Amino acid sequence: MSAPATWTIPAVRAALDARKISARELTKEFYSRIGERNPELNTYLALSPERAYAQADRIDAAIAAGDALPGLAGVPVAIKDVISTRGIPTTCGSRILEGYRPAYDATAVTRLEQAGAIILGKTNCDEFAMGSSNENSAYGPARNPVATDHVTGGSSGGSAAAVAANLAVAALGSDTGGSVRQPASFCGVTAMNPSYGRVSRYGLIAYASSLDRIGPFAHTADDVAAVMSVIAGRDPRDSTSASVPVPDYVGGLRRSLHGLRIGIPDDYFGEGIDPEVRKKIEGGIALLEKLGCRRVSIRMPNTEYAIAAYYIIATAEASSNLARYDGVRYGPRVPGATLIEMYQKTRGRGFGPEVKRRIVLGTYVLSAGYYDAYYLKGQKVRALIAKDFREAFEKVDAIVTPTSPVPAFRLGERTANPLQMYLADIYTVTGSLAGVPGVSVPSGKTSAGLPVGLQIYGPAFGEERVLQMAHAFEQAGGPEL
Amino acid sequence: MKISKEDVLKVAALANLELSDSEVDTFRGHLDDILTYIDKLNEIDTSGVEPLTQVVAAAEDDSALRDDVVVRADVITEVLQGAPDPEAPYFRVPRVIEK
Repeated sequence: MSAPATWTIPAVRAALDARKISARELTKEFYSRIGERNPELNTYLALSPERAYAQADRIDAAIAAGDALPGLAGVPVAIKDVISTRGIPTTCGSRILEGYRPAYDATAVTRLEQAGAIILGKTNCDEFAMGSSNENSAYGPARNPVATDHVTGGSSGGSAAAVAANLAVAALGSDTGGSVRQPASFCGVTAMNPSYGRVSRYGLIAYASSLDRIGPFAHTADDVAAVMSVIAGRDPRDSTSASVPVPDYVGGLRRSLHGLRIGIPDDYFGEGIDPEVRKKIEGGIALLEKLGCRRVSIRMPNTEYAIAAYYIIATAEASSNLARYDGVRYGPRVPGATLIEMYQKTRGRGFGPEVKRRIVLGTYVLSAGYYDAYYLKGQKVRALIAKDFREAFEKVDAIVTPTSPVPAFRLGERTANPLQMYLADIYTVTGSLAGVPGVSVPSGKTSAGLPVGLQIYGPAFGEERVLQMAHAFEQAGGPEL
Repeated sequence: MKISKEDVLKVAALANLELSDSEVDTFRGHLDDILTYIDKLNEIDTSGVEPLTQVVAAAEDDSALRDDVVVRADVITEVLQGAPDPEAPYFRVPRVIEK
C-alpha cells in the first residue's frame, strides 16, 4: 500500500482554488483513508460524516458562488475526545461517559468551523487526558503510525497519530503536563501548547483547570500557526482566557532568527536522557546556531521538583473536577441501594485504574492534615518554577530542550510502574506549571527510525517567536537531522 | 510506609469511589512510591514564597467580570437525553429523604 499523500493547509486551499478537488471529494478521501487505517491504528473513537459533509457542501457552494473563503476552508481536522462537540459522542476515552453527546460545542471547535474547517471526528486519548502513552484509554490504545507496535505518546495520542498517518490535516489536542507536545514528538509531527489563557477552554472537559490548555497538531509550523490564528483569543465564556491581542501568527513566520538568544538549561541534560535523543537535540541546537541564534547556557534550578509539584496540583484539581461523574446526569449508572452506593459503584465501574489512582492521590493531598504539606507546598514550588522561567527570559528569547527524554516505547513496556511513567514528563511539566507556550518540532530520528522532538519555549504570550523559530528549523531541514 | 491500606480506603470513601481488594493493594503500593518521591519537595525552603494557584490573575483583568444576566440555554431536552434515568425536567436518583 502506498502511503497516502500529505495535505497541508495551503495545499488544500490551492487545490480548492484551482478546482482540482471539491471540499466534498477531499472529505470523502479522508474518510476512505480512515476506513482503511483506523482498524489497525485505533486513532478515531467516533466519526461525524453528516456534519463533515454538510460543512463541505457549504464550502463548495461558497466556491461555486465565487465567495471569499475563510482561512481554513475545506481543511479536514480531528478533535481530541476531551473536547466537546455538539451531538457527536464525546467520551474522554472513558467508560463513564459512554454514549454521552454534548449539547454544545467547545469554543475552539466553533471557531474552527467558522473558519471553514471540516470536523472529521473524535480522536483516541488517555482516559480524561491522564497518561503519557494513550494506553489508559478505555477503548484500547492508539498505535504509532511510524511503528505500530509502539505507543503514540499521550494523552493526545489519537490527534498526533491522525496527523502523522495523514488521516487529518490538523488536529486539536489538550495539554496539561505535556499531552500535546510529547505525542507530537513520538509521532513526528509539529504541535503547540499555547500560553495558559491564549485559547478558550470553554467546552474542554476539565482535568486540571489551572493547567489545561487546547493546542493544535499539524505537519508544519506554518499550519500550526494558521490554526492558532483561528482558535486564539479572548472568549467571554472562559474567564481565564486572556484579552491579549492575537498577532498574525502566519505572517510572522518568515522573519530571520539572526541574533536571537536561545537558552539551553544545563539542568535538562542530566541523567535519564536517552543518548540518541541527546545527540539529535544537540544537532538541533547546532542547526539553530547556524540559523543565527546565539546559544546561552542557563540554569533552571527548581526543575528537579517539577514532577512532584505537578502530580500534587494536577491530581488535586482532578479529584475535584471528576466529582461530577456520578451516574446522575450523563453516562451509564450502576444501581445501588442508596444514593452514595450508586455513586460509589458507578464511579468504581466507570473509571479506569489510572484515573482512580489520581483521584485517590488528589483526594489524599487535599484531605485534612495534609493540605499544607502537599497542596500548599506544591503551589509554592510552582511559584519557584515560574520564577525560573521569568528569570531565564530576562537573558534569552527562547529556551530549547528535548520534548521527551525518550523516543516512543513499545506498547505495554512501561505500564507496570506509574511513577517511572510520570518521571518522563520532566521537560514538559515545567512549562505547564509556568503557563508558558511551547512547541514540539521534529528533530530527526533515532537509529531505529523513531522520531525525536525538539521543544522551544517562549515567554507567556510569545507564541509568535516560538512558531517563527519552529518554522525556520523545519525549513532548514531540522526534521531530517 | 507513607500510606496504609486503611488510608486508601478512607480516601476512596471521601471520593465516593468503590475499589476492589486488589485495587486497594496495588494503589497502596503505587501511592507509597509516589508520596515518597513527593517528599523531595521538603528539600527546598519555600518560606516566604507566595503560592501560585493560577498563572493568569483573572481578578486583575476587568474583562473577566461580567454582568450577571440570565440567558436561556434551551437545552433541557438534549441534556436529559444523555441522562441514565431522566424524568423531564428532572434527573431521578435513589431516594435520599425518608418518608
